[in-house]
Amino acid sequence: MRNQAVKKRKFSFADFGIYALLWGYAAVVLLPLLLVLGNTMRTTRQIFQEPAGLPTSINFDSYVRAWQEASFNIYFFNSLLITVLSVLLATAVSALAAYILGRYIFFGSKFLLSFFMAGLMMPFRLAIVPLFMMLNNIGLVDSRMGVILVYAATGVPFSIFILSAFFRQLPQELAEAARIDGAGEFRIFGQIMLPLVRPALATVAVFQFVPLWNDFFYPLILLRSTEKWTLAVGMTRFFGEFQTDWSTLFAGLVITTLPLIILFLLATKQIITGLTAGIGK
Amino acid sequence: MGETAKIPVEKSHRKTARGVGRSAPPWPTVAAFLLPAFMLYTIFMIWPLIQAVYFSMYEFKGLSREGFIGLGNFKELFTRYPLNEQLPRAFMHNIAFFIGTMLIQNTFGLLFALLLHGIRKGKRFFQSVYTTPYLISALIVGYLWNLMLNPLFGPINNILKAIGLEALAHPWLGDPATALPTIILVNGWQMLGFPLLLFSAGLAGISDEVREAARIDGASRWQLFTRIELPLLTPVIGVITVLTFIRDFNAFGIVWALGGVGGEPAGSTDVLGLVFYRTAFQGGIDAFGLASALAVLMFIFIFGISTLALGIFRRLEDRLT
Repeated sequence: MRNQAVKKRKFSFADFGIYALLWGYAAVVLLPLLLVLGNTMRTTRQIFQEPAGLPTSINFDSYVRAWQEASFNIYFFNSLLITVLSVLLATAVSALAAYILGRYIFFGSKFLLSFFMAGLMMPFRLAIVPLFMMLNNIGLVDSRMGVILVYAATGVPFSIFILSAFFRQLPQELAEAARIDGAGEFRIFGQIMLPLVRPALATVAVFQFVPLWNDFFYPLILLRSTEKWTLAVGMTRFFGEFQTDWSTLFAGLVITTLPLIILFLLATKQIITGLTAGIGK
Repeated sequence: MGETAKIPVEKSHRKTARGVGRSAPPWPTVAAFLLPAFMLYTIFMIWPLIQAVYFSMYEFKGLSREGFIGLGNFKELFTRYPLNEQLPRAFMHNIAFFIGTMLIQNTFGLLFALLLHGIRKGKRFFQSVYTTPYLISALIVGYLWNLMLNPLFGPINNILKAIGLEALAHPWLGDPATALPTIILVNGWQMLGFPLLLFSAGLAGISDEVREAARIDGASRWQLFTRIELPLLTPVIGVITVLTFIRDFNAFGIVWALGGVGGEPAGSTDVLGLVFYRTAFQGGIDAFGLASALAVLMFIFIFGISTLALGIFRRLEDRLT
């Protein structure tokens, strides 16, 4: 096998070719992102004169404009509020259900697990019309609470999928010992089992955060007042209004994306685990 | 990627692992654990899906449901202008979008996964870099490339001109002939990290003994790939195909950002997601009935094909391994 041979030599010609290819594609990914970043520090005039130029000074004027004039301060707050609360709600209810479904077999438990798992593959957005009408009837259209409930519901299948597998792995002895000491099911769950699946909880929480932060379909339809809009849906209006102010447009892209990049840097492990769940050894 | 090994999800769903099987707590306790998730999921996800089927057979006047019209809404979808023209066209665009994306993301995703599997340094770094676009919102990726590809002030055309490739400078998104292929390329750029990570995890899951045995038998690198690695990656390819299919037939944000709600120019980038949105929220007085009918058809198609595909891949997997 050539791989083996390559490992023995110090740095071969093949190695050089591989790294050249890898760096080449890294450039295809990174250059557009860096160009966006660089252009936030240039004026729109400079961008129009030389679209691919380098910034001449470090300044954050465009970010201030996006933040204040284009209401990104409001959108950012809404995105954070809606995403964080949805993730917390989904993770909490899923942990409870996953514990029972992962640890016990009872009448209907298998059916319930498949019922939740079916949601992994369903295109739920297609149910937007009945969902809209239902939320309208209970006064949850144009309400952040409405979006939070819908988002939390979309997170349930994946969270139960991951968490039930983790709960299933925990040894029985711990729970048994606590039970002998007179602990009830809720105490066993909260004080013994839940702390043991903390890594899985982190994976589930981080992994739900990304699509919810990015979504603009539900807020576009469910939120009317601009003061309740999230970043993603705010972008759609912003792009029309600031059409000629490219410097601010680029800043808007950065503000919307930065929290995700930071999250990715902090939680690479969780995100990769979530993406590849169910694959491997 | 040692992390994936810690999640034995697939296996543990089939087998009973240790610690499981003890008689369940009394039913009120079971119910208390299950109800919050069950209610949330049923009320906001499952019930609206069921209702869509019901609504599709009724005539709507704005928000109010009127008489039962059977398959009337379905008939309207295929006879009323301009829906009768937009729907088949959008469907074909989705198919092109899916096939094009699959070709780009999987060819390069697999190539880079194989290259990364063989290197010693920087594996995690390249994986992270390649995955970054996947994490960004499709809408934002769309807007980013919208600016990049702007015919007047976009950096892409300017770079092409600067390096003497002026012939390639083109209003990529403004020309109906190149708009959809451009969007597919952008989608491939965004999605590549996803198959890359899955293929990497799959390759990491193939044991060294298997590779060693093939090597001793005198297999070349190419034979190792086609006879050993590729067949063992069948389940991974299955997962990627199904998830990409679901995602691409729900495509919305990226096309919205690059072609607008109407799939411009001249509907050349229109997809089902946009048609569905326009039918539901920019349509006439009977929009909700029509949109529900379209939702039912799209649901049957997407869910049906993905279930079928999963079954086929599972059988293929059994035969190959």
